[in-house]
Amino acid sequence: MRLLMLASRSLLREWRSGELAVLLASLTVAVAALAGVGFLVDRIGRAVTAQAGEVLAADLRLESDEPLAADAEQAARDGGLATSRLTTLLSVVFHGDASQLANVRAASAGYPLRGMLTTAAEPFGAGTPTRALPGRGEAWPDSRLAAALGVRVGDRLGVGALTLQVTRILIARPDQGSAFVEFAPALLIDDADLATSQLLQPGSRARFALLLAGEAPALQRFRAWQAAHARPGVRLADVADASPQIGDAAVRAARFLALASLVAVLLTAVAVAMSARSYVQRHLDGVALLKTLGASRAFVLAHSVLQLLALAVAATVIGSVIGWLTQRWLLAALAGLLRTDLPPAGWAPVFAGLAVAVAMLAGFALPSLLQLTRVPALRVLRHDAGPPPLALWLALLPALLAIALVARGTLGEWRLSLQFLAGLGAAAALLAAGGYGLLRLARRWRAAAPTGWRYGLASLGRRRAESIAQVVAFGLGVLLLALLAILRGELLRDWRTRLPADAPNYFFLNIPVAERDAFRARLQSEGARVERLLPMVRGRLVAINGRPMSALHFDSPRASNFAEREQNLTWAQELGDDNRVIAGRWWSAADTGRPLVSVAEEFAEALGLRLGDTLRFDVAGESIEVRIASLRKVRWDSFRPNFFLVFPPGLLEGTAGTYLTSARFEPRSPGALAALVRAYPSVSVFNVSDLLAQVRAVIGKAAVAVQSVFVFTLCAGLTVLLAAVQASREERRYEMAILRVLGARRRLLLRNLLTEFAVIGLLAGVLAASGAALGGALLARTLELRYHFEPGLWLLGVAGAVALVAAGGWAATRSVLSSPPSRLLR
Amino acid sequence: MTLAIERRETVAIVGPSGAGKSTLLALLAGLDVPTAGEVWLAGQPLSRLDEDGRAALRAAHVGFVFQSFHLVPSLTALENVMLPLELARRGDARGAAAALLERVGLGARAGHYPRQLSGGEQQRVALARAVVGRPAVVFADEPTGNLDAASGERIAQLLFELNASAATTLVLVTHDRELAARCGRVLAMDGGRLA
Repeated sequence: MRLLMLASRSLLREWRSGELAVLLASLTVAVAALAGVGFLVDRIGRAVTAQAGEVLAADLRLESDEPLAADAEQAARDGGLATSRLTTLLSVVFHGDASQLANVRAASAGYPLRGMLTTAAEPFGAGTPTRALPGRGEAWPDSRLAAALGVRVGDRLGVGALTLQVTRILIARPDQGSAFVEFAPALLIDDADLATSQLLQPGSRARFALLLAGEAPALQRFRAWQAAHARPGVRLADVADASPQIGDAAVRAARFLALASLVAVLLTAVAVAMSARSYVQRHLDGVALLKTLGASRAFVLAHSVLQLLALAVAATVIGSVIGWLTQRWLLAALAGLLRTDLPPAGWAPVFAGLAVAVAMLAGFALPSLLQLTRVPALRVLRHDAGPPPLALWLALLPALLAIALVARGTLGEWRLSLQFLAGLGAAAALLAAGGYGLLRLARRWRAAAPTGWRYGLASLGRRRAESIAQVVAFGLGVLLLALLAILRGELLRDWRTRLPADAPNYFFLNIPVAERDAFRARLQSEGARVERLLPMVRGRLVAINGRPMSALHFDSPRASNFAEREQNLTWAQELGDDNRVIAGRWWSAADTGRPLVSVAEEFAEALGLRLGDTLRFDVAGESIEVRIASLRKVRWDSFRPNFFLVFPPGLLEGTAGTYLTSARFEPRSPGALAALVRAYPSVSVFNVSDLLAQVRAVIGKAAVAVQSVFVFTLCAGLTVLLAAVQASREERRYEMAILRVLGARRRLLLRNLLTEFAVIGLLAGVLAASGAALGGALLARTLELRYHFEPGLWLLGVAGAVALVAAGGWAATRSVLSSPPSRLLR
Repeated sequence: MTLAIERRETVAIVGPSGAGKSTLLALLAGLDVPTAGEVWLAGQPLSRLDEDGRAALRAAHVGFVFQSFHLVPSLTALENVMLPLELARRGDARGAAAALLERVGLGARAGHYPRQLSGGEQQRVALARAVVGRPAVVFADEPTGNLDAASGERIAQLLFELNASAATTLVLVTHDRELAARCGRVLAMDGGRLA
């Protein structure tokens, strides 16, 4: 108790000396950065768990890209399960002249088998649960779709060949995404209307599901039945495999934000270590005196540890509040991408914050404090008697351990944590090396520099380690922010520049064979420039070089997608200049009907295919084996119809299919597109610029969120600066007093200080902006973007770093300027 | 107290610890301002000048030598000696400073930092710094107090030698009777008064 009182009394006293304030600021930034992301992750996690049971709207879901055979439903019913059919496909929905791409969901009676639909009379209104479904001729748009089209209850919507009356607005359904907003808004219609909509054509991208619910034994029996009647492309999903997948996607996205926050945490660790060291330096005399008076090592240690724990608790409280506000800001920035009605967060991030604060103190401050307890009492007589030097393992081990634990705790796995730390360490080492080199250069210039500048440069050289630490800390912050700005700019600009003004802006899918020529004529008569029309059939790759796909294993998600899903196939005698043969040869008229295939390089690379390999396809129940005659490089951004797999003519003509094309189309009147779709109800229309705009919006929002988190990195840089200034304050006071005695005016002293910090900012800014430009160029190459160096952005990075560091340094050292010169005499 | 120190005079202020010697020095040099009374330095009333005004006055007319040397740790010996000339914006700081370092026997160590020099060497740099600007008056606060006897003697010799050749006024605070005796006038202080 006495110890507690002594500790709290001296905590107040110590506060004024500044190290503890810097420690508190560092820990607060760390906790706030982690908690801000932590609260968001927690809320996403809760949303995922809360809806895991309902996410299928059933207990089991049988899914396929092709219509499901009736025997599965019969078997389920015979086994005592409740069933419902759900077919989903993308289609454009019209209301007057307004159109919107929507996810059309046709449900049969019983849907949803688990959970409830919620509907209202107004978009975004307060919903009431219902057991009903839209009847024939009725449609329930969700709030987003209703708002986009401006429809109200009672209005009529056009989709495919159907005209449907809106009778309710869909507010929520159990199988909507738990955390992420879905790509397209939803339109719920009756299963029976789907048949007459003409939306379902061979080759149309529909997803067919059979929903099942019932008792566990009945479900088990159905599983057994399904296993015995397995068909390729038919997948049985249950809650157990559905929820981790959804959770995983959300967690992966959140983890990226966590990475961003972790950079800030690690930088503050530098500040913690620096202020702990200067705390110890300042207390050596006092502790030596306490020891001569009989204080034990344990007493000295307990005293300091109690103070630090109090700091950790205070930092957790303040940091959590800031983190909570940050999370609200992030959620607002991600609106439209993340659902805003996530369940409230729990306390876990607060405890995680406390754990991190304690871990940082234990890893970065405690070793110095242990050092303090070992100062010999002899120091009261001989000032140069210090504690024995800190053993290397004691200085490094706790710090490394703390870093590793914090990274592991934040990212949730070791591999990523270690990769992240290695990457960060490499970036920091590069910045440090650059900073060291530039500081040495600055030292050479010093002799030629005018007085005010020279003193500032000299000061940097004298505190070289601290200067480099500041360069690294600020450099990392600026580098990350600038890199993100570059990438975001490149991504957005690249789409703009790559999309020539006259590029096709509409895709038309599902054009029936019989309507092909009439549809093209109609489009052309509307003034559209129509690209090639290619046939499309669906087929599944079943074997490579005679080995069945089931015997092959693919690691990458892309490869397994190619291997498992149905592929779109086409045939053509000629392709345009957006296809370039990079291996083998393109066929001639003589090859018509020969079993050949031309494969796009992405497809070949993912599955490890080579020229001459044989592929066996199942196309509408027919098996054909073909040899790879050529590999193609496809310019997908030509926005003309293109396929991974192209066959020669005369091979697949017997199979039923549809046609697809793209066109540059500027409708002459607002209703022209709607009229076209009404005339050809089975044709699906996709507006390229709408899709691109949506992707751009997603990337833009994600970038803003990550950049917001990186602001903490800059704050962490500031804490390092504060710690460095704090550690050098006494020394600075002393130097300022000497200069003042020698007749230096205040303005000169101010210039000294500003020079010093501006140079740190300049070094950090130049290194970071150049690093970001380099990183941007490298990343752009990986992402196949064209990189343009932007001098404006580079200058902004440098100028920003100079301004920030100079302002921060000035604010932190201002008091030093008024150091009275007479103190040198005492 | 009333005290006048004439141009080219050498004055020692002596007295026991706590007698007020350093306070007097601080007031005379304009490092501090009196709560009551007036101090005139080089014809200027110090209490009517602000901080920067007094700094400018010091830059123009005053040199200092301290007991603990007080060199700027981040600057080399040469740069330390250059400082007063630069602060007073006078030309050829480098040449003058180098010449003076040569004269105090440290020409070879001009590029060294204070921490690389011995106490005696540091004080010689401080001496060079004090007189390089040809100040009207040099204030020295226990200039030999932190040095062994031999180094102290060397410093004392240099101090008076430089002072004589530049014809500056010297005000010296010391415990050392022998050093005080070399001055033209000795002022004894006790309890804040001239005895």
